[in-house]
Amino acid sequence: MTQAAATPATARDAILTVNNIEVIYNHVILVLKGVSLTVPQGGIVALLGANGAGKTTTLKAISNLIRAERGEVTKGSIEFSGERVDRLRPDDLVRRGCIQVMEGRHCFGHLTIEENLMTGAFTRRDGRKAVASDLEQVYAFFPRLKQRRASLAGYTSGGEQQMCAIGRAMMSRPRMILLDEPSMGLAPQVVEEIFEIVRNLNTTSNVSFLLAEQNTNIALRYAHYGYILESGRIVLDGEAAALRENQDVKEFYLGVSGAERKSFREVKHYKRRKRWLA
Amino acid sequence: MFYREVGQFKTNYAADQAIFPIRQDRIGLALILLVAFIVIPLFGGEFLIASVMIPFLVLALAAIGLNILVGYTGLISLGAAAFMGVGAYACYKLSTIFPEVNIVVWIVASGFVSAAVGVLFGLPSLRIKGFYLAIATLAAQFFLQWCFQRVPWLYNYNTSGAIEVPTHTLFGVPVTGASATPVTRYYVVLTIVVGMTWVAANLVHGRIGRNWMAVRDMDIAAQLMGIRLLPAKLLAFAVSSFYVGVAGALMVFMWLGAAEPEAFNINQSFILLFMVIIGGLGSLIGSFLGAALIHILPIIVRMVPDALGIPIGAATVEHLTFIITGAMIIFFLVVEPHGLARLWAIAKQKLRVWPFPY
Repeated sequence: MTQAAATPATARDAILTVNNIEVIYNHVILVLKGVSLTVPQGGIVALLGANGAGKTTTLKAISNLIRAERGEVTKGSIEFSGERVDRLRPDDLVRRGCIQVMEGRHCFGHLTIEENLMTGAFTRRDGRKAVASDLEQVYAFFPRLKQRRASLAGYTSGGEQQMCAIGRAMMSRPRMILLDEPSMGLAPQVVEEIFEIVRNLNTTSNVSFLLAEQNTNIALRYAHYGYILESGRIVLDGEAAALRENQDVKEFYLGVSGAERKSFREVKHYKRRKRWLA
Repeated sequence: MFYREVGQFKTNYAADQAIFPIRQDRIGLALILLVAFIVIPLFGGEFLIASVMIPFLVLALAAIGLNILVGYTGLISLGAAAFMGVGAYACYKLSTIFPEVNIVVWIVASGFVSAAVGVLFGLPSLRIKGFYLAIATLAAQFFLQWCFQRVPWLYNYNTSGAIEVPTHTLFGVPVTGASATPVTRYYVVLTIVVGMTWVAANLVHGRIGRNWMAVRDMDIAAQLMGIRLLPAKLLAFAVSSFYVGVAGALMVFMWLGAAEPEAFNINQSFILLFMVIIGGLGSLIGSFLGAALIHILPIIVRMVPDALGIPIGAATVEHLTFIITGAMIIFFLVVEPHGLARLWAIAKQKLRVWPFPY
């Protein structure tokens, strides 16, 4: 764990800061009720929470995809490397080095894996050679993709498609990747593999990650810092190691209880009663 | 401020699932019906009734029919005008073969002929989807229009090639032909349109409508849920063609009085499609709003220079009407890409929570 990632970053070394944003869908549904978070330069930050807590909405608010779904950031601000980005178009953000890997992969089914990866280099202006060397680098990270480079993305496995989606994002040479549910629908082994690669990318290419995850256990093992969302609010944050040890997190998300249980019934009762937000 | 559901408690499921759950909506609907049935015939001029309201209602009915197919079931059709033609010609043939039968019966019956033809042309829809289906329905458009031109039996070997509507009476009052007053024709059209809209509202909010929307949103998932795709799609084609066919019969018998095959050309199909898209796909009120925008807006625009006393030539007014109407359509779609019905829904939602933002 790097020094920068160990503490909640100050404005100086933060690559992304989200200040108290509020998001409303379709003019009437309030989804985020004031979310603030910071991603330090070169850090991996996990955004955890149950279904409907607002993880994906937070990511989409940052990448500005929210407007495509009739959402709107009505309060607060989002800064990416010191610059307000909440009014930018999603493609402008990609040019500035912040790219999102959407939930559910969204590979181009009728393009080959290699063509998919090349679409990621669309915003690059530094010449073919640099792109070709980055392609080789992506293949070095994902050897499986090199084997399948000529197959149509629609006919590859879920894990390969997720790798393709991350690799495609890498091709734009981002400084930061917003990763939404990389573990969705994947076998535990493949999830482990993908998280290994995320860590690898983070240490070797110094890419910062903000990842939204359901799988609290694995996310907290790979992330440096974590935020826990519940019904559109951040209810807890802290270093990943500390969160892993937190009794409430253990109880709510990891499914283990610290205190010895007397009976199953008692545990269920306790779970029903105790919530961060009533 | 007045649009609040505060204090309106639902005590049973039927009330909760009603199409108009809010009292203000029901009052509004009652007011609209009151204006349509009493105020307009009493105080409306002949121009308003014959040239604005009757065409508007006929086009709205056709738009509802097309909306069932395109908006609710997701099957694109470019042949709506041809099915209007089927309805019109069927009504013409039936009423000339059996002139003694009540004309309203034949108007409704012609819908069934149109439905049968619609099912026939809907058969490929199980295999063909999207743009390709649009092309397949284009075949219906051209083939049927060719029939209206080349099959003399359809227009009773009339040398002009057009169909002309003779006078028919209903309870001793002429309802079609030259001697029928606009108010009588208006009442017949209004009653049929209101009745059929009511049926359509119940259809699309019930089991059948849910099947259609499931097929539209994801046909594979719909199949997985046990919905049989072919019957669902064919039923949509049948019901849609029925509505469009009745609208076609009304158009010739109650509005134009006579029609040539050209009245059912592809232009008309596109205009109907525009109404459905601009009004809002998958919305009955959208069909009315779309028909109003496409039919009534140009009339209003045309009247503006006269009302303001600006002397412009008739040809210039015609050109200006095209320009302004086109610009308005683009404006409305930019403001709300999902059509006027969505704009309406958002306005209602905003009114409900006003003065709070959500």
